[in-house]
Amino acid sequence: MARGVTTQRKIINTAAAWAIGLLIFFPILWIIVLSFKTEADAIKTPFEILTGSWTFESYLVVQERSDYFKHFWNSVTIAFGSTILGVLIGVPAAWSMAFVPSKRTKDILLWMLSTKMLPAVGVLYPMYLLFIQLGLLDTRTGLVIVLMLINLPIIIWMLYTYFREIPVEILEAARMDGASLGKEIMYVLTPMAVPGIASTVLLNVILAWNEAFWTLNLTAAKAAPLTAFIASYSSPEGLFYAKLSAASTMAIAPILILGWFSQKQLVRGLTFGAVK
Amino acid sequence: MATQHSRSAARFMMAPAVTLLLGWMLVPLSMTIFFSFKKYLPLRGDSFEQGLEWVGFANYVRFVTSSAFWPSVLTTLIIVGGVLVITVILGILLAMLLDQPMWGQGMVRVLVIAPFFVMPTVSALVWKNLFMDSVNGFMAHVWRAFGATPVEWLSRESMQSLIMIVSWQWLPFATLILLTAIQSMDSEQLDAAEMDGASPIARFIHIVLPHLGRAITIVILIQTIFLLSIFAEIFVTTGGAFGTKTLTYLIFQRVLESQNIGLGSAGGVYAIILANIVAIFLMRIVGKNLDA
Repeated sequence: MARGVTTQRKIINTAAAWAIGLLIFFPILWIIVLSFKTEADAIKTPFEILTGSWTFESYLVVQERSDYFKHFWNSVTIAFGSTILGVLIGVPAAWSMAFVPSKRTKDILLWMLSTKMLPAVGVLYPMYLLFIQLGLLDTRTGLVIVLMLINLPIIIWMLYTYFREIPVEILEAARMDGASLGKEIMYVLTPMAVPGIASTVLLNVILAWNEAFWTLNLTAAKAAPLTAFIASYSSPEGLFYAKLSAASTMAIAPILILGWFSQKQLVRGLTFGAVK
Repeated sequence: MATQHSRSAARFMMAPAVTLLLGWMLVPLSMTIFFSFKKYLPLRGDSFEQGLEWVGFANYVRFVTSSAFWPSVLTTLIIVGGVLVITVILGILLAMLLDQPMWGQGMVRVLVIAPFFVMPTVSALVWKNLFMDSVNGFMAHVWRAFGATPVEWLSRESMQSLIMIVSWQWLPFATLILLTAIQSMDSEQLDAAEMDGASPIARFIHIVLPHLGRAITIVILIQTIFLLSIFAEIFVTTGGAFGTKTLTYLIFQRVLESQNIGLGSAGGVYAIILANIVAIFLMRIVGKNLDA
């Protein structure tokens, strides 16, 4: 963008963009503000809230009453477990499609994408039934498997678009030098693919962390991750704004931070490489 | 470059992913189709083990003729359509603004993207209570400050409220993708048009919009697929009441609340067909991209 712009124009741009940015961000900011209030203060007018006193109380209450860390740990296990499992299965598949393409590669990729289009509610009961039969209902293992399966197409697609950018000549050179397939992947491909794999992991942890259909329908108390834990606040007793805010802040903070690092990958991952 | 050896190795390495996805697609799907042709009410003693009564297309007919079906289709279309219109139009405007030179561009972008990372249950609950509550909500305070009567958002203006909440979640996605597309645009063309005296509106219609065409299509298709199956937002705000029962939610209620598996499965098959119609268009665009 080499166009000359007057300072005045730049000031107007800046003011407009910041105003809109803050408006969009405001709900999140307000959650954070209310999380540092007492329940009695949290329902006052915005002016009184901002000028009132601040406290950590709600965070302690949330942890004590509903065992936030248990659910946090469930979320971590499920999000990272499903992502790592998915990447372990996805890397070989993406590798072979990127470097040993056949006539059917494109069809296979599109077919994988099509499994992502299956509406979850269409297979809700079968999954429910299978989970009961296999003893997976309300277990973290069960959710790791389901979330791995729903995100596997995205994982393979992302890895595939990254792998395709690696020049084949380098791999051929390694092969000429006598590297076995395993060594080729381990020592030549992986180091070059680390940024792509890292982005893939990042985006999929975010998607798995926020997944709110299977996590709500296939868990009860034991394996419930934060999505389901927060939903338990939908039928509260008494004043609960500060507690809800504290719980929400803790549920979104980790992923908000990860998310800000993954803006670019988000575009590539969610458009299946169609917009880069 | 592909030798026989590497080909068989490739097939071997693809096997786990292909097998898993094949199983994931076929097993539950064929169960859903199977149940959709059966009378299956677990609460009235029907069970898988004792064998289920075959009822042909009765469930399909009943699902479509039930009084809840067409309203749920309409609700689904209004939510999907409303959110698409809002996010695409605001997304284009916002992306163009963010593309302008300014101070703190990166920081503004971070603020704008943030809602996308808020989990659906948090976003729905926070909007419902902290903002839309008619007694203590933020908007109620603002309305009162201006002497107006606070609105009971989720019961009186339920659809508008729901569309607003979902749009807030998806605007970042549209903006981010459209911004990426705008940034890949050749600015010389715009400069040339400007020098030739083209007005900003003419430049937008004849240069910017055609360039964004593909990105807009992709935003619409991907959002449609996700929006057709929004669940948590309705689950925690209205629970399907006040005219917010979408097709997804209706099926959920048939299956898990009233435990009519046959009927719910027939609904599920309809939902799958609906999603696939959208998916075909998306796949065509993505597929074209693969050749490039």
